[in-house]
Amino acid sequence: MAARKTILLDSVYWRGAISIVVFLALWEIGSLSKIWIKWETFEWLRNLLVAFGIKPIYLPWIGAVPAPTEVVAVWAGVLGDPGYWQSWYMSFFRVMAGFFAAMLIGIPFGLLLAVSRPAFGMGFPVFEMLRPIPPLAWVPASILFWPTQEMSIAFVTFLGAFFTIVINVVGGARSIDVRYFQAARSMGSSQSDIFWRIILPGTLPSIVVGSAVGMGITWEVVVAAEMISGGGSQIGGTSGGGLGFFIWNSYVGGSYEQIVVGMISIGIAGFISSELLRTLGKRVTPWLRLR
Amino acid sequence: MSEVNILRGAIKAGELKAVDVSKSYGAADFTKEVVSACSFTIERGKLTVMIGPSGCGKSTLIRLLAGFEKPTTGTITLDGEPVTGPARDRLVLFQETALFPWMTTYDNILYGPRARGEVTPEILELAEFLLTKVGLQDFRKKYPTQLSGGMQRRAELARAMINNPRIMILDEPFRGLDAMTKELMWEYYSALYEENRRTNFFVTTDIDEAIFLADRLLIMSNIPTQVRAVFEIDVPRPRRLADLIENDRSNQIKMEALSILHEEAMKSFSRGSKAAADFVDAYSKRVAKT
Repeated sequence: MAARKTILLDSVYWRGAISIVVFLALWEIGSLSKIWIKWETFEWLRNLLVAFGIKPIYLPWIGAVPAPTEVVAVWAGVLGDPGYWQSWYMSFFRVMAGFFAAMLIGIPFGLLLAVSRPAFGMGFPVFEMLRPIPPLAWVPASILFWPTQEMSIAFVTFLGAFFTIVINVVGGARSIDVRYFQAARSMGSSQSDIFWRIILPGTLPSIVVGSAVGMGITWEVVVAAEMISGGGSQIGGTSGGGLGFFIWNSYVGGSYEQIVVGMISIGIAGFISSELLRTLGKRVTPWLRLR
Repeated sequence: MSEVNILRGAIKAGELKAVDVSKSYGAADFTKEVVSACSFTIERGKLTVMIGPSGCGKSTLIRLLAGFEKPTTGTITLDGEPVTGPARDRLVLFQETALFPWMTTYDNILYGPRARGEVTPEILELAEFLLTKVGLQDFRKKYPTQLSGGMQRRAELARAMINNPRIMILDEPFRGLDAMTKELMWEYYSALYEENRRTNFFVTTDIDEAIFLADRLLIMSNIPTQVRAVFEIDVPRPRRLADLIENDRSNQIKMEALSILHEEAMKSFSRGSKAAADFVDAYSKRVAKT
């Protein structure tokens, strides 16, 4: 317990708390006063910008964004709405489905590319050609070739994580020090022994990094896919189409506070999933945190 | 002391012979010869040290002896059997550490027996004995990154010894350690050798290290590698670092070895430069006079 107390008093946490408080305060002031970067009060700034050829209508107006207090009030109302939680559940479900599929297929595929020269020669060119295609560019095609909306969203989510995981696994497995293989072979390791006890643990740190990056991309992709495809209405109904659809629906319905609620919810969801992944990653690579 | 006997009784010291070994790299017309018609014997139960200017092909020679690569011509035999690939009877300790970072000290030491499916109660007992021997019994559950440089080298010695190799090949194992740790490791390592008398082949660029440790000293030429000179270092064991500084015989060997090494080092330094070549020529004349 005493240890926990010192962690809470740690300067890192205080700085973090202060930065969040300052950010919220500025946002509150800016949007409540409705004048922040509203040009009447900043005549001289406007003149300056116009002199440089920048018209004020191109610039954002913080006054249009709902204040944090308003957002919290709306949020409190939304918390009791099962549709909101359904959105959470749907997005999480899609992210996890896509992410775990990407791990399940990506890790063995990456290891295969790294270990086998023929597999690399044949598999890598196609992989490298498909990799630069942004996952969102796959949305129309995947809606066409997957039987259900849900599957097409899951597929696009999968793609988001898949390429990152594979490229990290290949890179990680190939950068294992050759002396480890030499030492293992000298001591009488078989091929399968080298795979399970050298290549796999040697690649684990890269798998963890690839997964963390892949998880981030997965959240970006799932939200956009939900907006574009209308949220997979067969399952959740209009109010349960995931957080991306929640935001889009709020925008269409004109509830700007709910847009912000949706955005922050995604932030929290992303934070929770990467924190889970980080904890898991530390657990499977205990030798890395001890430097 | 019964544990020591378990270890002692099992030790098989091998004799490694290299005959006319050459190694070239590159294709067809663009080959570069790194090792050239090199012949030497690493005698049974002796500590043979090989010293040569840096970049002279010592590491290539080690890869050949360990069986990671095959010589272009010539033969390498261990107790008469030709070397065809890596095997547990010729273990290498690499420059800097090659302990597996994802395994604890204990798992690293037991790697070889586990890989070969030879984990017996005797092996586990030997692992305990070796852990104590290298002073790491309290660090068995630590990962390599948690160990100091000296501890890592000792853990690596234990990881090699548990496989009971017929020859241990050490490739500049103490490079990168600070001066204090290095000298402690010399004394530790030579005491270990004096106790078990395995065949050891130790490669270094440090003349003090070479003279302190060696029974036989091979001095290698500049690239392509050949044996330039062989010294028998007949300074009695056990040796102490302090005694060796005052020992005339060892100082004499050191001077002779150094002059050969200088000449070889200057050759690699001078390659491609007329001025440097003249300098080397002048230097060798000066050495000849004195």
